[in-house]
Amino acid sequence: MAKKPDARPNVSKEELLKYYREMLLIRRFEEKAGQLYGMGLIGGFCHLYIGQEAVVVGLEAASKPGDKRITSYRDHGHMLACGMDAKGVMAELTGRIGGYSKGKGGSMHMFSKEKHFYGGHGIVGAQVPLGAGLAFADKYLGNDNVTFTYFGDGAANQGQVYETYNMAELWDLPVIFVIENNQYAMGTSVKRSTKSTTLFGRGLAYGIPGEQVDGMDVLAVKAAGEKAVAHCRAGKGPYILEMMTYRYRGHSMSDPAKYRTREEVEKIKTEKDCIEHVRDLLTQGGLASDEELKAIDKEIKAVVNESAEFAKESPEPPLGELWTDIYA
Amino acid sequence: MATQVLMPALSPTMEEGTLAKWLVKEGDTVKSGQIIAEIETDKATMEFEAVDEGVVGKILVAEGTAGVKVNTPIAVLVEEGESVSEAAPAPVAAPAPVAAPVAAAVPVAAAPAPAPVSVASGWPHSDLPEGPTKTMTVREALREAMAEEMRADPTVFLMGEEVGEYQGAYKISQGLLDEFGPKRVVDTPITEMGFAGIATGASWGGLKPIVEFMTFNFAMQAIDHILNSAAKTLYMSGGQMGSPMVFRGPNGAAARVGAQHSQDYAAWYAAIPGLRVCMPYSAADAKGLLKSAIRDPNPVVFLENEIMYGRSFEVPTDPEFVVPFGKASIMRSGSDVTIVSFGIGVAHALAAAETLAGEGISAEVINLRTLRPIDYDTVLASVMKTNRCVTVEEGFPVGSIGDHLASTIMQKAFDYLDAPVVTCTGKDVPMPYAANLEKFALITPAEVVTAVKSVCYR
Repeated sequence: MAKKPDARPNVSKEELLKYYREMLLIRRFEEKAGQLYGMGLIGGFCHLYIGQEAVVVGLEAASKPGDKRITSYRDHGHMLACGMDAKGVMAELTGRIGGYSKGKGGSMHMFSKEKHFYGGHGIVGAQVPLGAGLAFADKYLGNDNVTFTYFGDGAANQGQVYETYNMAELWDLPVIFVIENNQYAMGTSVKRSTKSTTLFGRGLAYGIPGEQVDGMDVLAVKAAGEKAVAHCRAGKGPYILEMMTYRYRGHSMSDPAKYRTREEVEKIKTEKDCIEHVRDLLTQGGLASDEELKAIDKEIKAVVNESAEFAKESPEPPLGELWTDIYA
Repeated sequence: MATQVLMPALSPTMEEGTLAKWLVKEGDTVKSGQIIAEIETDKATMEFEAVDEGVVGKILVAEGTAGVKVNTPIAVLVEEGESVSEAAPAPVAAPAPVAAPVAAAVPVAAAPAPAPVSVASGWPHSDLPEGPTKTMTVREALREAMAEEMRADPTVFLMGEEVGEYQGAYKISQGLLDEFGPKRVVDTPITEMGFAGIATGASWGGLKPIVEFMTFNFAMQAIDHILNSAAKTLYMSGGQMGSPMVFRGPNGAAARVGAQHSQDYAAWYAAIPGLRVCMPYSAADAKGLLKSAIRDPNPVVFLENEIMYGRSFEVPTDPEFVVPFGKASIMRSGSDVTIVSFGIGVAHALAAAETLAGEGISAEVINLRTLRPIDYDTVLASVMKTNRCVTVEEGFPVGSIGDHLASTIMQKAFDYLDAPVVTCTGKDVPMPYAANLEKFALITPAEVVTAVKSVCYR
């Protein structure tokens, strides 16, 4: 059963439609990516974000221009949410010159300096000190930007996360550590990885405040994001948000997902889906009609199809690209 | 019975020091554990404790004396009522250590070992630009390079363990905290992976970090960020963002510090596209290359050598003096054989060349200075002239820089060779602690001489 809309009285129709549109774009984009992977147009690793859309959309809603974000290899959603072009992302997935990294990075390694998206990192946990470093630079340069540093429940067991917590708090770095707890590190559940399962609580040992958030509820995410951002911008140092979320698909495209039951996945999809939640808020609250939402669905479908067409038609990088961008 | 107090070795590489201050005078009674003097090493000023009890019978070395060799008698302790003259000067042979450092200047045990290299410093640097020079140590050159670049560019900052308040584990950053403050000279906790990652992120955020590793052995904790985060991002981002930063610190063997603290990583880092790799020999190399490294828009691995820190060379005084990457230096011209080396290996090569000259063999010595890029042109031109080549490095033999050079020379100058290229390297063993074994494990000038003779069929 979807959530009741009554607890969120102060949300405008426009705001809800914006979240609906952004989350839907990520979901449809990822579905299309899965399809292109099946067709052999996307190779290697491809980690889909389906199910977790509320996390990035809610946090982007709490950000301001100039704020930075960095994440792991499950990065397509983060890129779309911060305004990167779907065509450029999809063309990177197909390894084409029109991709954000000219086809040289792939699904796991995309960047946009213009949108302050700093990757796209394939080594689990490495993005955590890197994100703190971006925040270090902002503090050094004296601006009030914050850096959203995303990592999963799996990365939360990496030692460098705690090295970073220690220095981030020591130096009051304006970094928000966003733990996307989707319950599974590849095939290993949180409970099979640690007895300390309340992941945000580990920050307390370093003096970093934090909280657990319903990561399937975009409004709850946004509210928590605003609180964390205010803490950072006030110069009080880092903040941890543990987003309780769920990925519907396997870890990567080749994951048979034998480590969880079909029923578990179906239950979350039925009861907690982030897009259905906003859809319910809109329709049950009488804010939007089915026709209005269908028009958005159609519009999103067109954007995604256009990105797929672009990604198929964009040429492969010329062979000369092999030798460029090694040195500045 | 009188006891001689000897000048102590207070760091693994200390050969001599300055007796900065006596805290006792002749006639004073001292107890074991009492601090009796302050001794300045090349790294720090250390307090010096008496081990034995007694009365200071005679002070043999006055305070303020510089260049006091390790194990020189600096005072005589006598027993109550005993006169100094009664206490006949005991022979210095096989002295028991009489003092222990109060605080180790480096995180390794002090050991009274001479450095394994004995080459006259200040060998004429053939390609220094015209103009005035001054004599300075490699340590001072590195410090001056950082200070000048930090003055010129407010986004340059130094980060690492003990770089600030401690004034540098090896005193490279001495004084920088005073001039630039804690915002730009950042002491870190002991957390190499973490701060290497933070510095790399900062380089993407508009800064130019200099990361000091206390030694490159500790950079193994951080090598993921050096390779996967710093070296590859420009490529992975399709040219959008690179990592303008320097990873620097001592590399290779010091003296008697054992296997985990004695390894040359030159060939490791030189294998990685996206990195630049510098390995200076002289103070001029150190200053000119470090300035180039800080200004370079790419991540630079800058491999220093603890034994070389205290050696002096001539360095141009021109603040715009820089050493470009990919340009080797011909340290000594010769016609019979080319000896190619880098870093401390150049000292061995020059010593060998001097010995060989006495035996009628004229060796050309090339100092590569940068290992990525490598100046192949200079090496090949020299080999085409001499028709013989020996490479010299401290690292392990398998996959060495010498291997790579030998392969390159074979492919590009095969017809010019009159003998196989011989690679002189460290032995294929973890570094032993025992003094005799360590000496045997390291490459020596004598081995270079033997190698040169073999390629000259002499």
